[in-house]
Amino acid sequence: MARFVSAIAARFVIALAYLWLLVFFLAPFLIVFKISLSEPALAMPPYQPVFDLFAGFSAFFEKLRALSFSNYLWLFDDPLYVNAYLSSIWIATVSTLITLAVGYPIAYGMARAPASIRPTLLMLVILPFWTSFLIRVYAWIGILKPEGLLNQFLMFLGLIDEPLVILNTTTAIYIGIVYSYLPFMVLPLYSTLEKMDGSLIEAARDLGCPPMAAFWKVTFPMSLPGVVAGCMLVFIPAVGEFVIPDLLGGSRTLMIGKTLWTEFFNNRDWPVSSAVAVILLLILIVPIMLFQRSQARSREAGN
Amino acid sequence: MAGSWGRFNIVSLVLGFAFLYLPILLLVIYSFNESRLVTVWAGFSTKWYVELFSNRGLMDAAWVTARVAFLSATVATVLGTMAAIALTRYTRFRGRLLFSGMVFAPLVMPEVITGLSLLLLFVAINFDRGFFTVTIAHITFSMCFVAVVVQSRLMSFDQSLEEAALDLGATPAKAFFQVTLPVILPAVISGWMLAFTLSLDDLVIASFTSGPGATTLPMKIYSQVRLGVTPEINAVCTILIGIVALGVIAASIVTKRQEVQRRRDEQAAIRVAG
Repeated sequence: MARFVSAIAARFVIALAYLWLLVFFLAPFLIVFKISLSEPALAMPPYQPVFDLFAGFSAFFEKLRALSFSNYLWLFDDPLYVNAYLSSIWIATVSTLITLAVGYPIAYGMARAPASIRPTLLMLVILPFWTSFLIRVYAWIGILKPEGLLNQFLMFLGLIDEPLVILNTTTAIYIGIVYSYLPFMVLPLYSTLEKMDGSLIEAARDLGCPPMAAFWKVTFPMSLPGVVAGCMLVFIPAVGEFVIPDLLGGSRTLMIGKTLWTEFFNNRDWPVSSAVAVILLLILIVPIMLFQRSQARSREAGN
Repeated sequence: MAGSWGRFNIVSLVLGFAFLYLPILLLVIYSFNESRLVTVWAGFSTKWYVELFSNRGLMDAAWVTARVAFLSATVATVLGTMAAIALTRYTRFRGRLLFSGMVFAPLVMPEVITGLSLLLLFVAINFDRGFFTVTIAHITFSMCFVAVVVQSRLMSFDQSLEEAALDLGATPAKAFFQVTLPVILPAVISGWMLAFTLSLDDLVIASFTSGPGATTLPMKIYSQVRLGVTPEINAVCTILIGIVALGVIAASIVTKRQEVQRRRDEQAAIRVAG
């Protein structure tokens, strides 16, 4: 009897979470795909429906024939979209590498810290993650703008004579992404570095390996799972980032998240913005799979 | 390894934490600035905080955000915990691969995609946009964060404890609520807090899924930030940072106490058994 009840409870536990995600996570993607194939219209909602479930099968096939990939052709015809995709990927790649370069020494320092203060250090890395993303990006506007704190400071030191233009450039986007996503990089790096067996490095050193070589030949390769997880956690959201390019990058910088937003809210072209989203998702599918695999692996290692 | 904690490590930690905290610190300091010019210091003042509370639009938005965050965090914690249990306890069920994919994908999914897709769903099923659509959207992405947090705790939990309870005649529900839940409770609580702050924080998904009358605080802040940096916004941000910092510190103290208590109990049990 207990086993029977338990089986029902198990079904219920799985089914509820499963159904929620099916309805509110997976189904919406299918709708996005569907709308990306429809024609824009001046109505509310502003697109011509492609399928009508109640129109029967003949209507369904008629519609199927009328499906158009015109939105996609339009995307590839217009250099604006292609450039936006390419520059998003480029900006995300560069900022992921900078984040790795900044985050690695921090994670390494934490992992080598005395065990008694490690929880405090961990907490200090996580805490900024809890404060609003929008607020952290906003804080940089006051620092980076021409009459901002950074320029005042540099001029006070006498390093520069006139303010540097940083706000509304790609540099500001790099700073924003590195700053906002740094905890995402440090945490997975720290968890692999902390678990590492220190005696391996000692062995390398005892055998006459110089410290730098020991790092590159032993420590870094062993921390690769953390590197992959950290890079994916930064790269994937950074490609589609909207808030950072919008607030720090100014009007001239091109990123696809911003293009999608403008297409949707300003031009009210839902089919084209859906097509933009579908292509963005296709670009990100490989990195997302990589991330999933690294997660699954670390879970198996945990078991 | 403590002996090898060299100067390089200390320097990189100090620089790293300075980079993480200095911008937030500056923002907080300048919220107490007398002058309207945010970057010129003109003396200490709390007038922006006073002005804040008479700003009706901002207060309304704060109230909407608080309700959305509370409701969505609570539902997301229940669903996320269920998802975590499904992932760790039941290793075989149909569509498990799809399920784990759906749990992990929202963690990295760009917000513009999630927001757009949910909006199109609500339009397709003719659901009026407003308070509930934002809440549903927030539940959907924050339950995945809860699932990950709870799952990592469940994995280190000794399953034989629950089996023992079942063998001793407890119903599965009783075994869960009296044995498993108390052990994973710290993770469930921190999952709730994470979901709460994620909802408090979200701009992009809320902008897509909200409707008239359901403007959230981040949406309000965003529309004002676009017009420029103002001390009022610094003051709002400082209050939000303060709330979150207090919550996180309180939670970590509670967890630490429980940990100490647990260890003491275990030692006592060992002594009794010995």
